[in-house]
Amino acid sequence: MSIFIDAGTRLVVQGITGRDGSFHARQMIAYGTQVVAGVTPGKGGQTFEGSVPVFNTVADAVRETGANTSVIYVPPSGAAGAIYEAADAGIALIVCITEGVPVLDMTRVMPYVRSRGARLIGPNCPGLITPGVAKVGIIPGNICAPGRVGLVSRSGTLTYEVVNHLTRNGIGQSTCVGIGGDPIIGTNFIDCLRAFEADAGTDAVVMMGEIGGTDEQNAAAFVKAHLTKPVVGFIAGQTAPKGRRMGHAGAIISGSSGTAEEKMEAFAAAGIAVMKRPVDVVALLRDRLG
Amino acid sequence: MNLHEYQARDLLRAQGIAMPDGGVASTPEEAEAIARRLGGTVVVKAQVHAGGRGKAGGVKLAKGAAEAKEHASRILGMQIKGLPVSRVLVVPAAEIASESYVGLIMDRETQRPVYMVSAAGGVDIEEVAAKTPEKITRLPVDPVYGLLPHQALGLAFTLYQDMAQVRAAARIIQQLWQVFTANGASLAEINPLVTTPAGEVLALDAKVVIDDNELDRRPDLAALRDESAEEPSEVAARRANLTFIKLDGNVGCVVNGAGLAMATMDLVKYYGGDPANFLDIGGSSNPEKVVNALRIITRDPNVKAILFNIFGGITRTDDVANGIVTATRQFDVGVPIVIRLTGTNEQEAVRILNAARMTALNDMDEAVEKVVALAREAA
Repeated sequence: MSIFIDAGTRLVVQGITGRDGSFHARQMIAYGTQVVAGVTPGKGGQTFEGSVPVFNTVADAVRETGANTSVIYVPPSGAAGAIYEAADAGIALIVCITEGVPVLDMTRVMPYVRSRGARLIGPNCPGLITPGVAKVGIIPGNICAPGRVGLVSRSGTLTYEVVNHLTRNGIGQSTCVGIGGDPIIGTNFIDCLRAFEADAGTDAVVMMGEIGGTDEQNAAAFVKAHLTKPVVGFIAGQTAPKGRRMGHAGAIISGSSGTAEEKMEAFAAAGIAVMKRPVDVVALLRDRLG
Repeated sequence: MNLHEYQARDLLRAQGIAMPDGGVASTPEEAEAIARRLGGTVVVKAQVHAGGRGKAGGVKLAKGAAEAKEHASRILGMQIKGLPVSRVLVVPAAEIASESYVGLIMDRETQRPVYMVSAAGGVDIEEVAAKTPEKITRLPVDPVYGLLPHQALGLAFTLYQDMAQVRAAARIIQQLWQVFTANGASLAEINPLVTTPAGEVLALDAKVVIDDNELDRRPDLAALRDESAEEPSEVAARRANLTFIKLDGNVGCVVNGAGLAMATMDLVKYYGGDPANFLDIGGSSNPEKVVNALRIITRDPNVKAILFNIFGGITRTDDVANGIVTATRQFDVGVPIVIRLTGTNEQEAVRILNAARMTALNDMDEAVEKVVALAREAA
């Protein structure tokens, strides 16, 4: 069991002939993901790696292959357009890896995606993986193992660090979701927590947050009110200075709000076990899973 | 990207927002000429990316051109919070009957630009928001339709009773929407929006922050960046496609990924050390980036030891290893380096490092403890 992606995931890769798109399409195929189509305008009719048909439009890909999920590896200037196109073609789950999408574009993209009944993950995210079943995005498959802990995170390599600790200590994962480091994202912590709570294959959740905004505080309130499964949390950026963007567009402490301290307090108040170091994830989960 | 006040003023005036005349000067003589043209009492304001300019002596009232020149010669070349002042803005001293605040900010929670309007202007709006939030009217705007006329009017009515002033303010509020959307801003604010004794409504001071993600498609906005107003090492890092923020500690950090970079700094602190910087080499594998990163970090004399923390995903750890070896052959790093790497092509990376008589650790905690100890010994 898992959230968002499973054995029924039929993936179309937008930007499959690009440098990043082709590299990661190969990786996703090697992992066993059903990559059923690629899209690059002007290259319709070609075949990727001798097996995946390439189409000019997402609508063509959906009609010909029954694709239900898309992953986007196009440059920032075209990313919003690619999301609109996927939503318009009836794709149910759209995962946007692209970093650097203008935030103003995202304010218009989000209502459109919702109006089409689609879910967007990202932008500026590593995607998601259901170990042993499917991976959509760029999370290295070899560090994951199938199991019953769900993970949701705003970052990429920090997620790998924590997943690596889990796997090496024999704690497998149901699904790992990187929701992205931008101020406006399609799927937030609460969306993932709700899905993990409902997923019979998940026993506990790891939540990796960072400075900036109030998503973690809102998520803590949600955990307190709605989660029966144990949650372990981490906040990156305890040593970050105020008013500076720490790499991620969303990771910025404005005024006195969005600090790591404030978020860790919110976690603790909601009964979330707070990791001091990434490695603490193992002991805290063992305590709670018995 | 933060803009200077004079740059923000240009963007507001380009949308027709009523602002007092003025000019920007980089010499005392230019300031004098602007003051003479404006006539009467003027304000000379330091143009620098730091708050508290007034308290630092960077904002002065001048009763004429000669005094404006005097103030300008003192303010130009001043340092405010460590940043050099290379320009001053000269504007007429306005007579003020009332001060309000009008801001438009990108709001993560509603996923929309949100207006914040308050009759309590001229002061730190964050303080108003914290202490008396009821004094601020908030309005999220649907970006598909933009600010509708009745919404602009409704906001203006929270500021003024006089109908002429309400209409003037509504026009300015509407024009601020254009400033925001035409420039991909994440913040556009007027503080204060004033009324004069004659009843005019004017924007006296402006602040605009541009979303960094807009700059690639907007070279006109990217050209507004004032590199003289930034930390030189941060400018060098940006040119090398690295995300770098200088801090005050002595443990240099080179990490791939922003979240892991922050967590690494936190772990340095956890083990009793003090990070010298935030540095994200990004996802792409490129030995040249590593060389540049080491050059930038070693320029900081505070740095006593350097930590590499690389979790290879897209980043190939052998590329990073090659970069480290290349850098140490090109110049003397001068301080010990602790390398932690794991993930993609790890074995090859270890082989490359061993061949150059360097070693790599596999565990993040072990590496951080080691680098903190080395920095402490050297300090």
